[in-house]
Amino acid sequence: MTTQSVPCTHRVAYGAAALAMLLALQVGPAAAQTLRVVMQSGLRILDPVVTTGYITRDHGYMIYDTLLGMDADFNIRPQMADWTVSDDNLTYTFTLRDGLLWHDSTPVTAQDCIASIRRWAEVDGTGVPLMQFIASIDAIDAKTFQITLNEPTGLLLAGLARLSSRPVFMMPARVANTPASQPITDTTGSGPFRFVTEDYQPGLRVVYARNDAYVPRDEPPSWTAGGKVVNVDRVEWQAIPDQMTAVNALINDEVDYIQQVPFDLLPLLDGNPDITVDALDRMGTWTYFRMNHLQPPFDNPLLRRAAMAAVSQTDILQAAVGNPDLFSTCAAVMGCGTPNGDEYGRDWLIEGNIDMARALLAEAGYDGAPVVILQPTDLAIVATQPIVIADALRRAGFTVDLRTMDWQTLQSQLRNQAPTLDGGWSLYSSAATLATSGDPFGNPNLATAGLRSTTGWPDVPEIEARRTAYARAVTPAAQRDIARQIQRLAIDNGVVAPLGQFHIPTAYRNSYSGFLPAPVTLFWNVAKTGG
Amino acid sequence: MIKRVFASVPVVAVTAIIVFALLRLTPGDPAAVLAGENATAQQVDQLRQTLGLDQPLPLQFWVWAQALLHGDLGLSLISGQPVTALIAGRMGPTLAVSVTSVLFTLIVAIPLGVAAAHKPGGAVDRLVSCIAAIGVSVPAFVIGYILIYLVALRMGWLPVQGYRPLSDGLWPHLQRLILPTLALSGAYIALVARMTRSSLIAILHADYIRTARAKGAPEHTVLLRHGLRNAAVPIVTVVGAGVASLITGVVVTESVFNLPGLGRLMVEALLARDYPVIQGLILLFALIYIAINLIVDLLYVALTPRLRTRQTL
Repeated sequence: MTTQSVPCTHRVAYGAAALAMLLALQVGPAAAQTLRVVMQSGLRILDPVVTTGYITRDHGYMIYDTLLGMDADFNIRPQMADWTVSDDNLTYTFTLRDGLLWHDSTPVTAQDCIASIRRWAEVDGTGVPLMQFIASIDAIDAKTFQITLNEPTGLLLAGLARLSSRPVFMMPARVANTPASQPITDTTGSGPFRFVTEDYQPGLRVVYARNDAYVPRDEPPSWTAGGKVVNVDRVEWQAIPDQMTAVNALINDEVDYIQQVPFDLLPLLDGNPDITVDALDRMGTWTYFRMNHLQPPFDNPLLRRAAMAAVSQTDILQAAVGNPDLFSTCAAVMGCGTPNGDEYGRDWLIEGNIDMARALLAEAGYDGAPVVILQPTDLAIVATQPIVIADALRRAGFTVDLRTMDWQTLQSQLRNQAPTLDGGWSLYSSAATLATSGDPFGNPNLATAGLRSTTGWPDVPEIEARRTAYARAVTPAAQRDIARQIQRLAIDNGVVAPLGQFHIPTAYRNSYSGFLPAPVTLFWNVAKTGG
Repeated sequence: MIKRVFASVPVVAVTAIIVFALLRLTPGDPAAVLAGENATAQQVDQLRQTLGLDQPLPLQFWVWAQALLHGDLGLSLISGQPVTALIAGRMGPTLAVSVTSVLFTLIVAIPLGVAAAHKPGGAVDRLVSCIAAIGVSVPAFVIGYILIYLVALRMGWLPVQGYRPLSDGLWPHLQRLILPTLALSGAYIALVARMTRSSLIAILHADYIRTARAKGAPEHTVLLRHGLRNAAVPIVTVVGAGVASLITGVVVTESVFNLPGLGRLMVEALLARDYPVIQGLILLFALIYIAINLIVDLLYVALTPRLRTRQTL
């Protein structure tokens, strides 16, 4: 065997070539127009009907399309379909626009849309009551279907254009025929992006590729209405569990966009010329607390009012958000800044009136029954509220038992209707986007049919009657009037206690532009504009 | 050896039963997680039926155990994906960071321990003690953040976070393992270096070491061949325990450096009450512990001639 020595100069050249190849390997894949996104949590549930989780809703907007859209002025606009309505407001005819294809290249049909609407309406807070107004849904031809009502309702168009948290996404009939209680696994949609199945890692990474067959509308985009023009090849969602790491990755140009930047990390991005911080959800989020109407002490309406009076919104918002530029007080149960926002009760709900609370406690003859407050420690956005509430209630004279747990345990606990001594609860706090909460059906806190309602189980027939009236109202003015009545009843009965509103900032690198301000997270219109 | 393997079967079975029972006793409901905060009780009940969570516990266990015997760990209740696929997808980052951390620990800690034992009380010994104190007392995530700030953000030498598999190339793979390895190794370097030092000091007072020196053996031969080899049993024990805890305990490091490993999968599954995933992971961890203990036992035999003789006899 013979060996041949390599001259020193060649070794250097080979070494340099190897290094160059190594570096080329690094920059190769990143050169594609891939928007690297850090979402607020990992996507694990693909079915936007089974769950109301925001991450699944945002996933829905990527791969599915909606029949109707809503623009920034709360106008309902055509999206997949245009519609006409009969003079008696009882027959709506929807016509699908040309060029709509599923991701498997088959055409979108009226039957697909009917199946999708029916599946959504099995479980959704607007869909279930809407079905009581619907006499029939019939396909006229492949592109046209007709919905006939028993009586006029505003819920039909509002429901089909709903932004959150369970929009009516259109799916192929073979998928939409799955019972609503059974999660779907087929991700075929007709939206502007395609789901890349082979790259999906539940909880970690989701990849969406541009749907080249998608034909956007001609109008400019506004919220979920208008043209959904995709300018990037791929969007990669990843979940980074440590928020500090996510912010560092943004600074270091390893990701392009963070959906929600924690308030305490904002100073790290201050003054960075490469990064824009913007609250894209201009409506924002509201926080609130709810009480258990079934068990003492909050089975007594006076004590519910006492608790609501005791808590200062400013204290809550200072603890949860900290930056006054990002929060505002608000007494509306359907949110300030929404068409239905009304602030009845502002005079006693905002400030934290301990004297009023004490007086109500005395009037109610409070016997010291413990208030069990559930505190989630792992969800920053609602972790501090229970502590502030507990302090306010103690100062007012309540006996308080603050129980800490993780958010998922809390969600399970909320179903427990037992007395507090048997593991039940009295009060918990949560938060929701105003896009979800701006009407009495989308806002689950306003369901007040006792045990048939969600957690808290308030039983206020007057509100239920107003909700029915709201469903029958077909003009915005009539709806607003009923919403005002609901606000009054909800506050007087302690159905839900508003704790104020805030904006959660988004941050993105300036190499991308076109992020749409909207109450839901959308990735069409985004384009790469820099290096 | 075969006896040891068979002896581990009941351990795994008992672990499976205990884990199954404990999970069902823990508050929480995967159907509630799946349905979301605003679902009605009726919707949650429907989901419980769909997921089979309304069945009696013994029946649920029987169904799961039967599938397990066929190598099927079931489907995740939340994502609907096969548990085996989820675990396989997360194995790479955990194994990679564990292997690099163990190798780095051995490369650094054993020479440090030997150097410290060579002259107890000397400058090197005190330096090693100082490093060990820092390594043990500073949590891995603090070291991680400091490394990210200095090496990734200030100097720009390495990425802040993420994982690339070996199939993406050696350098992209290693590039993302360097900082997690450094952060994770601190405590183990401290532990192994101190153990090496104390074991070696004890051995260096033995008669046969004195004899070796009297025969004129060079000091490095005395230290490494006669000393370190005979001090190896407790070191191997510590390294074995360290490997086991590395594989199962890298949760914080995986979070800080965004490594999609088994630790994160476990935390996510626990928070979501994703029973099949938790059960699958704990079984896997039990098997890893058993395998590592077996390997450590085999190394004892290889390192201790007396044990080999006894076995032969």
